[in-house]
Amino acid sequence: MEHLTLIIGVVVVTALVFDFTNGFHDTANAMATTISTGALKPKTAVAMSAVLNLVGAFLSVEVAKTISGGIIDEGSGIQPEVIFAGLVGAIVWNLLTWLAGLPSSSSHALFGGLIGATLVSVGWNGVHMDAIVMKVLIPAIAAPLVAGIAAAAATRLTYRLAARRSADQTAKGYRAGQITSGALVSLAHGTNDAQKTMGVITLALITGGSLAPGSDPPTWVIVSAALAIALGTYLGGWRIIRTMGKGLTDIQPPQGFSAQTSSATVILASSHLGFALSTTQVCSGSIMGSGVGKKGGVVRWSTAGRMVAAWGLTLPAAGLIAGASAFLADQGDWGVVTVAILGVAACATIWAASRRDRVDHSNVNDVDPVTGQAVATEGGADGAVEPVSIPAPRTATGPAPQATV
Amino acid sequence: MDIDWAALGEVFGVSLVMTVALVGLFTVGIVGLSPKTEPGGPDGSAGPETAPSALARTGAYVCFTLCAAAVAYGIYLIVK
Repeated sequence: MEHLTLIIGVVVVTALVFDFTNGFHDTANAMATTISTGALKPKTAVAMSAVLNLVGAFLSVEVAKTISGGIIDEGSGIQPEVIFAGLVGAIVWNLLTWLAGLPSSSSHALFGGLIGATLVSVGWNGVHMDAIVMKVLIPAIAAPLVAGIAAAAATRLTYRLAARRSADQTAKGYRAGQITSGALVSLAHGTNDAQKTMGVITLALITGGSLAPGSDPPTWVIVSAALAIALGTYLGGWRIIRTMGKGLTDIQPPQGFSAQTSSATVILASSHLGFALSTTQVCSGSIMGSGVGKKGGVVRWSTAGRMVAAWGLTLPAAGLIAGASAFLADQGDWGVVTVAILGVAACATIWAASRRDRVDHSNVNDVDPVTGQAVATEGGADGAVEPVSIPAPRTATGPAPQATV
Repeated sequence: MDIDWAALGEVFGVSLVMTVALVGLFTVGIVGLSPKTEPGGPDGSAGPETAPSALARTGAYVCFTLCAAAVAYGIYLIVK
């Protein structure tokens, strides 16, 4: 019983930390284009998104019955240690991709972590490989395509329809549209992703015997999960906001509006029709689509390529970290404590590394606009994981080569 | 292994139609409410402006109402 209490407590805290990084990582999805087009001030945008995530977390009572959506055989003796190790893998990967400024799916990180931990603790029979293809691989390819094509078509249409109006005349309208669609994405995010954490904590409490099987999450679980995701959203993963708002393409208000609307529509349509797509991949796809859809628009494909590489790595990388964590955690209490200490140390190291090149609300938009020139000069010279792969500050004007600081 | 092509195709179709329809409607609304600019000079400067007609205004409000209904439906989908 002593053992259970310790491990359950650790799982609850870790789940809340994951929830926090989830909000932190995904602020960009709803707000990157709103911020980069200036529709809302950075602080206002993240505050609005945080409130809507908070509200969203309370809106639905449909708590995820399975934490992995059928990828893991949760009946095959999944222990709290496995959940814990999976969460550690997901958190560390979320922070690493944040440091690199790359949007990657928090859900895929969680799946990857749980898969890695299950493989080590339970073995291959604990993982449904075909569910991985169906729930992770296919959506990962489909999401950016669906959202991108819709956003490209919408961008083309809106430019054509408003061709006789000047940017000044339409700015207010596009601004309102962007804020509305960004709000919808935030609300949907709060509902989906906070529910996921509530599901994880509830499952851990049930396995620990604190709750009867099939129980609804206690109020404190709902409140703490809602607060964790809202706080994470408010602090904002500015590096990812910069990449999505400024790094992929130069977003003008009509493009931002088209991209946001595409994201909101695809997210709602896919979850409603039972083919869940990753919010992150939908939103990234929309933004690229809005770059392709504008005549003369330029997409910085080298950044897009890095992003896609991060998507591909998410599952195995989170899985590796989680697998190693599971191996340690299976050794008993000291193993769990060791994993916890190593996890905290990894987070602290990543945070310290981020301080060397700070990106926050004050400088999030200070980058060279994406132009043909920038694409020609960038050429993938910068490293894949280096945080400095974020474009150079605006002070380096003109056709100077892109930052390899 | 079954890939649910029908669901995927449905998501694609619904997303594409809804996105384009909403963005189109909203843009028509914006255009309807803004003054019409006559084509300007070759230097890209704007020509004289004329205020939108009552018909254009009404049409714009209809468009915005339809978009608002779509947003309400979106919130309903999130909440339910």
